[in-house]
Amino acid sequence: MLDVLTGFVGELRAAGLPVSLTESIDAAEAVHHIPLEDRDALKYALAATLVKSSAHWKAFETAFEVYFSMRGPQYEFGDDDSSTGDLDSENDNETENRGRGEGRGQGSGGGEGLSPEELAEMLFRALLSANDAQVAALARQAVSRFAGMEPGRPVGGTYYLYRTLRNLDLDRVLERLMETARASAPEGQLTPLEERLARDEFKSRLDRLRRELEDEIRRRLVADRGTEALARSLRKPLPEEIDFMHATRDELASLRRAIHPLTRKLAVRLARKRRHGRKGPLDFRSTMRHSLSTGGVPVDPKFRYPRPAKPEIIVIADISGSVASFARFTLHLVHAISSQFSKVRSFVFIDGIDEVTRFFENVDDVADAVHRINTEADVVWVDGHSDYGHALSVFWERWGEEITPRSSVLLLGDARNNYHASQAWVISEIRHRARHVYWLNPEPRAYWGTGDSILGEYAVHCDDVFECRNLRQLEHFVTELA
Amino acid sequence: MSPASDKDGAVDGKTDAMGMLGFPDPGPPLFSSVTEVRERLAAVGYLADDGIAGVVHLADRLAKPVLVEGPAGTGKTELAKSVARVTGSRLIRLQCYEGLDESKALYEWNYKKQLLRIQAQRVVDDDGTKTGSPGDDDGAGDGVTSSWRDLEEDIFSEEFLLTRPLLEAIRSPDPVVLLVDEVDRVELETEALLLEVLSEYQVSIPELGTIRAQQIPLVFLTSNNTRELSEALKRRCLYLHLDYPSLERERDIVLARVPGVTEELADQIARIVRSLRTLELKKYPSVSETLDWARTLVVLGVESIDAEQAKATLHVLLKYRSDLERAAKELAVAGEDRA
Ligand SMILES: Nc1ncnc2c1ncn2[C@@H]1O[C@H](COP(=O)(O)OP(=O)(O)O)[C@@H](O)[C@H]1O
Ligand SMILES: [Mg+2]
Repeated sequence: MLDVLTGFVGELRAAGLPVSLTESIDAAEAVHHIPLEDRDALKYALAATLVKSSAHWKAFETAFEVYFSMRGPQYEFGDDDSSTGDLDSENDNETENRGRGEGRGQGSGGGEGLSPEELAEMLFRALLSANDAQVAALARQAVSRFAGMEPGRPVGGTYYLYRTLRNLDLDRVLERLMETARASAPEGQLTPLEERLARDEFKSRLDRLRRELEDEIRRRLVADRGTEALARSLRKPLPEEIDFMHATRDELASLRRAIHPLTRKLAVRLARKRRHGRKGPLDFRSTMRHSLSTGGVPVDPKFRYPRPAKPEIIVIADISGSVASFARFTLHLVHAISSQFSKVRSFVFIDGIDEVTRFFENVDDVADAVHRINTEADVVWVDGHSDYGHALSVFWERWGEEITPRSSVLLLGDARNNYHASQAWVISEIRHRARHVYWLNPEPRAYWGTGDSILGEYAVHCDDVFECRNLRQLEHFVTELA
Repeated sequence: MSPASDKDGAVDGKTDAMGMLGFPDPGPPLFSSVTEVRERLAAVGYLADDGIAGVVHLADRLAKPVLVEGPAGTGKTELAKSVARVTGSRLIRLQCYEGLDESKALYEWNYKKQLLRIQAQRVVDDDGTKTGSPGDDDGAGDGVTSSWRDLEEDIFSEEFLLTRPLLEAIRSPDPVVLLVDEVDRVELETEALLLEVLSEYQVSIPELGTIRAQQIPLVFLTSNNTRELSEALKRRCLYLHLDYPSLERERDIVLARVPGVTEELADQIARIVRSLRTLELKKYPSVSETLDWARTLVVLGVESIDAEQAKATLHVLLKYRSDLERAAKELAVAGEDRA
């Protein structure tokens, strides 16, 4: 057990979770107090001792499922050893073991002989009657039959999941479940509210089925490839490390969830920085002046502190395709902590440019404003392909005069200009008027200046250029900025 | 630079381990199993899942504090209270707020009372009857110092000490559940103080000496996650993320907490709330709001919720106008008659 635990902690660290030595000792001790065969208890005990942030739960869970997928009431300990056999014979063993373990549901015995139609029918009935044990048994059958898993093939779990799901056609199953629910309602009809509730209930049962399928596929992959190799290939980036440019829908959702706590955290940290960063050298004159009220005794020393004026921020963001999410998250972040700045103005462009500051005024949810940018901003001039040169020169013409020595200008984008003219002189002009000009690029540094990226032409006129691929880098930049 | 910081880490670890050796006895376990935790909590109306019960069980066995984090109204505070109830422990609560400091968290001297005591002493001295040794001229100086020393000893004694929750929990001879509620509100310095007390379970008062715990209290710290707590504090604690409950658990909570609710109504309430939580809302309904809604429906004599009733009472669950509008539309309770 200790070995497994050490490997598991190593995997968590590799996935970016900050597990300390004390915590891994706590975990080892915690394990003594739970029944070893109880996989859920093990999971909660390890989570409580090793994971101290809900944002890390997903990464933890993935690693846990891989490392401990062979443990549980259905499996005896040391099952890992037998898993060296080839995938097919392994499957047979497991199916039998499980059938015995649960002792109910027809999925156990004659399951092998089912035709695809029979399997689908049984699954439908199990879902309808919310028979979880049977759904689980049938999920394993479905993977056997539909996923087409072959030992040693370097294919990811999502590929097998997809093949299984395509065969099961869950959208159709959902509709059938709904039809059945309607048919059994009085007068053969559900009220709209009942419709919605029934649909959500069936969806949650289908979600559970999907999780069973994923579990089964993962178990088989572990058996085939070994724990460590699989854990590595399944590693999930932490929300703060998700790449803006290549985020999947799920990842975007987890980014959106991460940004609200992040803005709160940043606001508190910046406010504190402002409050504490104030003590400068002793201000002798002021101390003496104030000491007059105490008869010339300097009881209340005064300090000189540079009172840094809050900067005024001007954001100019490319919101075309590949860099759109980066722009959205940056605008969201900057506006959510706008009280840390004296003023925030935002401009977005593709080949045309539009000011969107107004969207953020008097809204109680920044996300709404960001959403409006997508639908309402006027950013297309000719063909809707990025044209930095045109956008920048229009900016300069219309708003250039409003840049002051208090302005910090942030340019966001990958500087992929579709071979248009760069008009880099605009950045140079901006730099002359502004306090600072920074460029934030969501592309990895290695790609800058390759292909149609002309970042170099702009970079020479900027105070600095930053790689900003994820929330962590963005957070870092913003902390320095305020 | 880096070798030095490595060394710091090692020293840290060691002192921690040595602190362990001096720990008071954690006493016999309060629960024999996770199931027992769950059942006993259920008996006082707190519905825990295996995750919650598991962490409580571990906290008792490992004698470690629990940090409970999660959205407002998910039962963090109630968990600590319920654990106190089932274990027959005394509940000591430290409610945190911005500006909470040592004098309100740990102890302070009752200086008003001390001043009164000093004044009283002076009156006695001026009378010249009780103190010093009248007639002994040589000893006059000694008399004054020794009486001052007596006085000092006197006014820095237990009688003048105002015990605050942390010290109270440490000193209690009886089993204690210490609830440090909404710890994310305090300043970093106070958080450091907390960590110190929770690591050593002792408090040293310069004038009185060190007070050691006779038993390790079961500690719950709650946080609404308005700011990140320090790594050190998190390392010290077991971590429990309390999210919104599952459908089944929420239904059971309603049944346990709302008198007069039928099983059918409780089930329907839990279902509607679950559907609401799948929408994109500014503020999701919490368990306390679910309970408020259930009570409202019971008072109105509702047996089964239809669109009309849902629409008329949804404001109990949702606080933002935009959330209300979205919910009415998505749950199809907007009512076509108005259109
Ligand atoms: N698991 C639960 N079992 C019973 N009641 C609960 C549960 N969770 C929450 N509640 C109810 O919800 C209310 C709010 O809980 P509370 O502990 O004050 O929330 P928090 O401290 O997380 O903001 C409590 O009054 C309690 O009645
Ligand atoms: Mg609370």
